[in-house]
Amino acid sequence: MATEETKSAALAPAAKSSAQPDTQQGFVYLPLIAGWLVPGAGHFLMRKWYRGALLAASILGMFAMGLAMHGQIKSDVHNILDLLGLAGDLGSGLLYLVSRFAGWGADQVQVTVADYGTRFIVVAGLLNIIAAVDAHNLRTGRKS
Amino acid sequence: MTHFSAVLLFSLFASTVFGITMRETPLRMLRYAAYCFVLFVGSVIVLSWLMFLIAR
Repeated sequence: MATEETKSAALAPAAKSSAQPDTQQGFVYLPLIAGWLVPGAGHFLMRKWYRGALLAASILGMFAMGLAMHGQIKSDVHNILDLLGLAGDLGSGLLYLVSRFAGWGADQVQVTVADYGTRFIVVAGLLNIIAAVDAHNLRTGRKS
Repeated sequence: MTHFSAVLLFSLFASTVFGITMRETPLRMLRYAAYCFVLFVGSVIVLSWLMFLIAR
């Protein structure tokens, strides 16, 4: 009895891995990178259409609201807080690059709402990183 | 845009992402997103009243 239980416990991981063979094929970091570059793209690659659409709408919405509030997109670093802001902005992937080169965003924050806008843009990047990691978890089978 | 509408939008977007990424089934995602939204907005209201009372 105890031997059979031990056997089945030892076989369980093997059975689990054989039940999900497709999750380990190919480049496992593709959804992570795609999700970072384009919000929701990682979930679209994993065929999670509704989740991807909601994530894309939320992240793009937050980024767009930040721009609409005349938020600042970080381009140069003067202190550690600016560095953290830049790291958050970089989380938006291509959105950040497009915004930088298109010259979107305010040069200076002069009103309170613009300060909120800057935070919206930073948080959009951070949320995008969370979404990209979630897509990676879907890819590796850690999440369904 | 008022400050409170900014809070509502921020809470809505952040809660949606939290709900989808932190839970596995759609019903649990919805419940967690609603929970986060209420916590975001509720804490803002409570802290705002606290700051108002301290400032008086």
